[in-house]
Amino acid sequence: MKLRNVSKEELYRCSYGCAGCASVLAVRLTLKVLGRNSVFVVPANCISTVSCYYPQAPFFVPMTVMAFAATGAALCGISAGFKRRGREDIHVVGFSGDGGTADIGIQSLSGAIDSGYKFIYICYDNEAYMNTGIQRSGLTPYGATTSTTPSPCFENRPKKDMMRIVAAHDIPYAATACTSYPLDYMQKVEKASKVNGPTYIHVLAPCPTGWGFPPERTIEIGRMAVESGMWQLMEFEGGEFRITHTPRRRRPVAEYFEAQARFRHLRLEEIEAIQREIDASR
Amino acid sequence: MPGKAPVKKYITANEAVAHAARLARVEVIAAYPITPQTSIVEKLASFIASGEMDADFIKVESEHSALTACMGARMAGVRAFTSTSSQGLEYMHEMLAYSSGGRYPLVMANVCRSVALPWSIWGDQQDAIQQRDTGWIQLFTETAQEALDMVLQAYRIAEDHRILLPVMICLDGFIQSHTEELVEIPDQESVDAFLPPYDPVVTLDVDDPHSISVGGFGKHYAAWRKEQQEAAERAKEVIVEVGDEFARIFGRHYGGLIEAYRIEGAQAVLLTMGALVGTAREVVDEMRAEGKAVGLIKVRAFRPFPAEELRQALSQVKAAAVLDRDCSYGYEGALATDLKAALYGLANPPAVLGFIGGLGGADVPPERMRYMLERALSVKKGAPSSAEFIDL
Amino acid sequence: MREKVPGPTSKAGSIPTKMGSWSTVKPVLKGRCTFCLFCWIFCPEGAISQDEANKVVLFNYEECKGCGICAHECPTKAIKMAEPEPRGGE
Ligand SMILES: Cc1ncc(C[n+]2csc(CCOP(=O)(O)OP(=O)(O)O)c2C)c(N)n1
Ligand code: SF4
Ligand code: SF4
Ligand code: SF4
Repeated sequence: MKLRNVSKEELYRCSYGCAGCASVLAVRLTLKVLGRNSVFVVPANCISTVSCYYPQAPFFVPMTVMAFAATGAALCGISAGFKRRGREDIHVVGFSGDGGTADIGIQSLSGAIDSGYKFIYICYDNEAYMNTGIQRSGLTPYGATTSTTPSPCFENRPKKDMMRIVAAHDIPYAATACTSYPLDYMQKVEKASKVNGPTYIHVLAPCPTGWGFPPERTIEIGRMAVESGMWQLMEFEGGEFRITHTPRRRRPVAEYFEAQARFRHLRLEEIEAIQREIDASR
Repeated sequence: MPGKAPVKKYITANEAVAHAARLARVEVIAAYPITPQTSIVEKLASFIASGEMDADFIKVESEHSALTACMGARMAGVRAFTSTSSQGLEYMHEMLAYSSGGRYPLVMANVCRSVALPWSIWGDQQDAIQQRDTGWIQLFTETAQEALDMVLQAYRIAEDHRILLPVMICLDGFIQSHTEELVEIPDQESVDAFLPPYDPVVTLDVDDPHSISVGGFGKHYAAWRKEQQEAAERAKEVIVEVGDEFARIFGRHYGGLIEAYRIEGAQAVLLTMGALVGTAREVVDEMRAEGKAVGLIKVRAFRPFPAEELRQALSQVKAAAVLDRDCSYGYEGALATDLKAALYGLANPPAVLGFIGGLGGADVPPERMRYMLERALSVKKGAPSSAEFIDL
Repeated sequence: MREKVPGPTSKAGSIPTKMGSWSTVKPVLKGRCTFCLFCWIFCPEGAISQDEANKVVLFNYEECKGCGICAHECPTKAIKMAEPEPRGGE
């Protein structure tokens, strides 16, 4: 895939999302791959909130808002329906936040993978409940403050490992991605769209509002997450994990933390401890 | 009657409901086991396994997902079916309101059962009554035959473009779900003549794309809610219309929103919903034979509520005894409350006596029914009513 | 095509409100554009288009929220965030 060949059609426009929102960018990139022959299920989260207020309809393809916990089940039902109508060519896409995926929707996601139906479940991960005002989720990383984990009681548990959770279901295809690496992300979406079964893509989507950085740095921050080792780009396929991108230079995690208000309270020892853990996990 | 003759068989209402879903040519089934509903989904699974039915059976991990998956199937433009009971219906609560507001013509069978705590797997109607305000059309049935016939009618009502609201067919746990009755199972050709293929409206259509089930502020929100209320009100006519047409094809008629039984000249009338109507009918016959002016009203539609029909039926009656298999704690039985509201403003309204019984599977024997009617016969006009628990 | 679908629905791609009013600061092409398309792919709003004839990018100010990602990511620093001058000729 080359930038030059990426579709020029814009199928997601004029949402109410914040300026510089990577989650909005993730929707746009997804639609560049899947095009008009796709339908979206968006549970309660930032993306549904910024895209579903009548009469504004930023999605140029069919979409439905869904109950917070219900994305997986809705995907199964829609996929089953299209199968009955001989329309398995239509891409059935879930677009759920980290809370809707790792917390309240995890049961439905698990059931959906188990059902075997064909769909693409995309978890766009802004690492907190942003829509309701930056509360912690199961995917908030260790050390971050949110409105329910205010300093000094910052998040004291590691980020839930969704990839291992979906892999444990023997899912045919799963991948992580980041909006700062659009071609890598789009290739993964394309790959998922060709699988005749459930697929899962977990895309890290930096949030200027919730993470506390100026909107022009959205792409840079995502790159720093990957370069520091806080986030890894990988695939799970045929029962194996595979790293799809190794950063050319390793960036100290301190640089990533310094760039964001949510980590600013961390003391040097705490940052060093996190750095040691990242180094040990490589 | 077109096609081959219908089959008559001794089956439970659960099996009858499964036959109805099969005959309705449902294409997606998503359901989760719970007593006393389980045998409905088991039967449907066996229909699919034996090739008697061509449908996708989605193995969901909860009732919340079962109803969501059915809604998803409707979004893709195909007919779906689910059934549940009690805790399962409670677990669906969020999606009940979601699907009615989204105008999805879902059909489900609820096998009425008490809700915990105290724990009980036995029958009453607390589960269904608790969901009264979720925007579903709620129809109660008395027999296995009526359950089968009403599931078929439910598809016509729900999918009618004037309505587009989900329909819950209620049958009573154990009394109906686990008791065999002689049921006439219609033939496929007649059902096809009655129930045309699904013509979906609210869908995810890539050729005519919409954002569906969206939100809106103030006026927009209120306008959608008003449309929903108007559709629910309109359902009163459509339920009657569909019942009449069903009778023309299948020869069975259940009387519209309510069935008034021997109320001519009645001084006291018993009102109830569901399977206990059967016992009540016999009690009324006995008491009539003794010369007592008593009658019965079987309330078939709980939502939309047949207020006008009840006002007319009760305008000359001295007292109405209401048997609720539920309680709105801190007040009284739900049917009693709704009846009183319906009678408000009548020149000469009957006294309303509220009774709560048949809870947690308790039997309501004929003597208890007789007691309620005797109480109603002897009541003083305007006497205050409160909820009386009759199982104790 | 249905005129109106009942319930809370809207026609896909209805965007009566354009988001350009959120910011008065907009990207303006000041330096040399190599047509690398980085700004184009990273713009969350899809507010950048490609002028293939002239090998430059164009900005849709009606939909640009002024986030500044394009300017920040441009490898040649060709984009400046500024209050664009009104177009002449009116
Ligand atoms: C059952 C239920 N509980 C709570 C909410 C309130 N709620 C709406 S969105 C949201 C947070 C969404 O977080 P996430 O999935 O991470 O997406 P984000 O907003 O961060 O994009 C919450 C808690 C809800 N809509 N439904
Ligand atoms: S709060 Fe964050 S995720 Fe939500 S719209 Fe704003 S930038 Fe995007
Ligand atoms: S400022 Fe932001 S919204 Fe405007 S064109 Fe640049 S990237 Fe797009
Ligand atoms: S990023 Fe800069 S050089 Fe590249 S296309 Fe945009 S303006 Fe031109």
